Amino acid sequence: MSVNERKSQSDLKLIGTSRRKIEGLDKSTGRAVYTDDIVLPGMLHGKILRSPHPHARILSIDTSEAAALPGVHGVITGRDMPRVYGIIPWTPDEYPLCVDRVRYVGDGVAAVAAIDEDTAIRALALIRVEYEELPAFLDPHAALAADGSSPYVHDAKKDGWNGNITKRVHLEFGEVDGLMDASDVLVEDNYFFEGTTHTPIEPHCAIGLWQAGGGFQDADGATTGKLTVWSSTQVPHYLHRELSQVLGVDQAHVRVLQPLVGGAFGGKSEPFDLEFCVAKLSMVTGRPVKILYTREEVFYAHRGRHPFHMHYRTGATTDGKLTSVDAKILLDGGAYASFGLVTAYYSGQLLCAPYAMPAYRFDSTRVYTNKPACGPKRGHGSVQPRFAFEVQMDRLAEKLDLDPIEFRRRNFIGSDTRTINELRITSNGFLECLDAVERASGWRDRFRKLPFGRGLGIAGSTYISGTNYPIYPNEMPQSAVQMQIDRSGRVAVFSGASEIGQGCDSLVASIAAEELGVPLDYVRVMRGDTDFTPVDLGAYSSRVTFMLGNAAIDAATKLRKMVQEAVAAKWEVNPTEVLLAGGMAMWSSDTERQMPIKDAFNIAESMFGALGSMGSYNTPKDVHGEYRGATIGASPAYSFTAHVAEVEVDVESGMVEVKKIWVAHDCGRALNPILVEGQMEGSAYMGFGEALMEEQVYKDADHGRAGLLNAPSLLDYRIPTSLDTPELEALIVESIDPEGPYGAKEAGEGPLHPSIPAIANAIYDAIGVRMTRLPFSAPSVWKKIAEARTADTLRKPLVPAGDGTLTDNPARTAPAGAR
Amino acid sequence: MIPVEAEPDVLRLPPFRYHRPGTVAEAVALMGEHAGNAMFVAGGTDLIPNMKHRLFEPGHLVALKGIGELRGIREDAGHLRIGASETLTSVATHLDVLRSFPALADAASHVAGPQLRNAGTIGGNLCLDTRCTYYNQTEFWREALGYCLKKDGTVCHVTKVGKKCVAAHSADTPPVLMTLDAVATLVGPEGVREVPVRDFFVTDGILNTLRGPGEIVTEVRIPLVSAQKKQAYAKLRQRKSIDFPLLTVAIAADIEGDGTVRSIEGVVTALGSRPRVLSGWGDTAEGHKLDDGIINELAQRAHKQCHPLENITVDPEWRRAMVPVYVRRALEKLGAA
Repeated sequence: MSVNERKSQSDLKLIGTSRRKIEGLDKSTGRAVYTDDIVLPGMLHGKILRSPHPHARILSIDTSEAAALPGVHGVITGRDMPRVYGIIPWTPDEYPLCVDRVRYVGDGVAAVAAIDEDTAIRALALIRVEYEELPAFLDPHAALAADGSSPYVHDAKKDGWNGNITKRVHLEFGEVDGLMDASDVLVEDNYFFEGTTHTPIEPHCAIGLWQAGGGFQDADGATTGKLTVWSSTQVPHYLHRELSQVLGVDQAHVRVLQPLVGGAFGGKSEPFDLEFCVAKLSMVTGRPVKILYTREEVFYAHRGRHPFHMHYRTGATTDGKLTSVDAKILLDGGAYASFGLVTAYYSGQLLCAPYAMPAYRFDSTRVYTNKPACGPKRGHGSVQPRFAFEVQMDRLAEKLDLDPIEFRRRNFIGSDTRTINELRITSNGFLECLDAVERASGWRDRFRKLPFGRGLGIAGSTYISGTNYPIYPNEMPQSAVQMQIDRSGRVAVFSGASEIGQGCDSLVASIAAEELGVPLDYVRVMRGDTDFTPVDLGAYSSRVTFMLGNAAIDAATKLRKMVQEAVAAKWEVNPTEVLLAGGMAMWSSDTERQMPIKDAFNIAESMFGALGSMGSYNTPKDVHGEYRGATIGASPAYSFTAHVAEVEVDVESGMVEVKKIWVAHDCGRALNPILVEGQMEGSAYMGFGEALMEEQVYKDADHGRAGLLNAPSLLDYRIPTSLDTPELEALIVESIDPEGPYGAKEAGEGPLHPSIPAIANAIYDAIGVRMTRLPFSAPSVWKKIAEARTADTLRKPLVPAGDGTLTDNPARTAPAGAR
Repeated sequence: MIPVEAEPDVLRLPPFRYHRPGTVAEAVALMGEHAGNAMFVAGGTDLIPNMKHRLFEPGHLVALKGIGELRGIREDAGHLRIGASETLTSVATHLDVLRSFPALADAASHVAGPQLRNAGTIGGNLCLDTRCTYYNQTEFWREALGYCLKKDGTVCHVTKVGKKCVAAHSADTPPVLMTLDAVATLVGPEGVREVPVRDFFVTDGILNTLRGPGEIVTEVRIPLVSAQKKQAYAKLRQRKSIDFPLLTVAIAADIEGDGTVRSIEGVVTALGSRPRVLSGWGDTAEGHKLDDGIINELAQRAHKQCHPLENITVDPEWRRAMVPVYVRRALEKLGAA
């Protein structure tokens, strides 16, 4: 559907106004139903036995004692589900439960179903597993250097290969070395981004229900049954496929239901052991089985942000233009591939905007290590390089004696263009984002001029509005919506999208209300049931608003046209003159001529028969280059963000207090501004937490036992409390994207990226210390301060004059006053 | 028996029988009846998570919260008496405490977060179990580790040698109580005894108090003369709420009208298994005013005496460096008080 078939944007009534989420009251009153709230008759409780070793062979498993324990109904091991899977079709390397090898402390080995959790826990203790311990790879550099003298984390696919390497990506665009050599200034350094995890408040939970018989038959005509799985997943469609493949049940006989999800952030975007286990245990026991992860198990499931070891070389000319960017990245992937192939590409591919780069090269290698698998976390693969690169930008600006915002403006890539790696950029509000944070933060009067210890930092970024291609190659739509109209005036929307708190149910409801003119409370959304709702690929890569929104507009517009035509026929006017708004159908030439929307619907039903429609969306296919890997990072549209962070550094303790973050984000159009602001603030908060305190780290041989997760709890894995959280000011920028629904782009992940480098750059402005390793915890900042003291560099940096001369800083207090 | 909940509870408690005695005597008797298989519980904010981690698996819990004798904050015979079951919120906000012992109110207000302070008690804070990165973990985690000296194992993973547990005393209020000359009353099968809080702790990370397993801390009383002292409290932690201390400093001093120090005492904790009374402070400060020179000297003395270990997974070098910083800040606060 082309844009001009859509409702005129100036006519928008509901879209663009702030509205509560339709499920908001249920969530805030406790009425909302999450997976763990569901109790089925006869339901059993499952528990998973986990490996105490980071790397070991399973020699034998004896489940007989556990199976004999009264109250235990079923025990399964990896041998019961020996089919390998993986979210990325090219890198399957996981089993629901380990078959012959465990690869991290916490890897699943066996599972039991019992009358209650306590019995299941007792049964786990009765399972005897004989292991042969193997040397573990915990350091990615060691994993990369491995020579096969001890078993790789995964067996090499070919003799002589290093089985520890998941993926290596080397891409080069333009004359990298030549332009680097010709640069007037160069900045080069190492950066390290520590791994972090998602910490959704709702732990993963799943219920399996196998209903044998019932006329369900397999391909050979043998009677089988039907499998239903409720899960707190953010990808019901992919779970649906994987359950079918791994368990050997016809996909048509598998039903996945997604109740409300209590946070996901990328941590629930692939199948996990519990979903296969509840399904298999239900097949074994004939009863429904529930598994709820403990918080510790959520940490083991992980799939969080990869630790990145990064090296960047960046050049520029004296007139402040980037010349060449050269990156080398080692990704510490943990025990399984997960989305790692994509992560390796994203680590380089998503850096090529919002600044024009004449030449760019990246060399990214993802290795396996014997730790919980890393995967996608909000801002998948691009948050880490963005940190390094935006600090590089700050350093270049300083070397060039340019204001860092001005430096970024000079390198703005523009709209309706291609990046150096051939990604198509359309709408681009990055300059407006820079303007907004510059103005709101009082940048011009305050950057480099605040007292010693206090500073401002800027950073910018871009992110995808959905991946242009699905995870498994196919030509079908990425998202679809079905709508039907009831004689009461009510509109029912069937949506396969994943509501993980971002507001996609509210989105489709408001689109139905907008297009069909019904009050918002006349719209019902049925979502997340693969038996009844059309396919949407899932809540990942910031794709939902963009793709589901377009699908919903498609479905609603088809219905609107039928209603307009029917009413127009009755009034004997042109269908385009029939307006549907405010619960009424009206004639645009004389709005006194009107009828209740219910009557309009009834007239339309009389004319066309029962009123229903399907809408769908698929991405344009000409938005990327032709080289191998060109499609990874391609998106129908890109969002842009700029942050200014203000910090105060206590140079005695190294404690950094972030006072405020100004967040300007180009979301195309804010369909519901309060939800956009919520995403912007939530993203900035999450980045801020990673900047200052979060780290998923492990014990080493000198500290207890190598490979043990340091702190698998929310007490010792620290995320910021409300008291720690800075003031966040969301500044919405609207560039009205030509492809997005009503011009909208994403807002859920992009606004995270600049938080971290903006804080790093603000620390530099405050005390002249460059933070290149995350997190900026007090001990690490304190150590850098001590180094700066020794080197006599602990001071406010000079004010850029912009004309090549450095001016002395009026606020440049010698830190002697500070102890 | 507490009914076994049908619904998953994320981390399960081991089964136990819950007793609710109405008097201290009943509580002591119940404990005697189930000796070796019972524990007292007041707010439960320390014990319940520890039970979920299988650090304690008593068959019986004797609840102290329903005992009226353990409640109340009142002045009596030259003391402020605080019933052991008074919550940390109550201690932090009580007018008599705020007026006479502001450092105690300050310390109580820094424990955990609001909900936990509404449940946790002053008696419980006094008896808080020591903490260590190798101890406060789940059964699964500790099994994978091979357990530790404090619980189920034979090796201390912090010191690697030695047969002494070095888990960290991590309570906020005891250092303040020590500087205020507070006395704890304990009631047990052998009767009543009074122990100065200063003497209540021993250097043993496994069991770091003098309280016997059958004894209840019933009351903490602070001599009202201590209200004459200038007091200060400072806490180092990563976040502004929830976190246990990485370092706690409590200071109380008798200071004459002209600013001359008559006596001064500083206590630090969260470093070793019991709070440390900083030595040599009297020699340094008595007879002097708390000027920058004296403050620095006191801070340096503190620094020399404190050697934190990796019982908490925060860089011990940094924690040690923070000792003089936080001591100095507390002294400056005290000077301003």
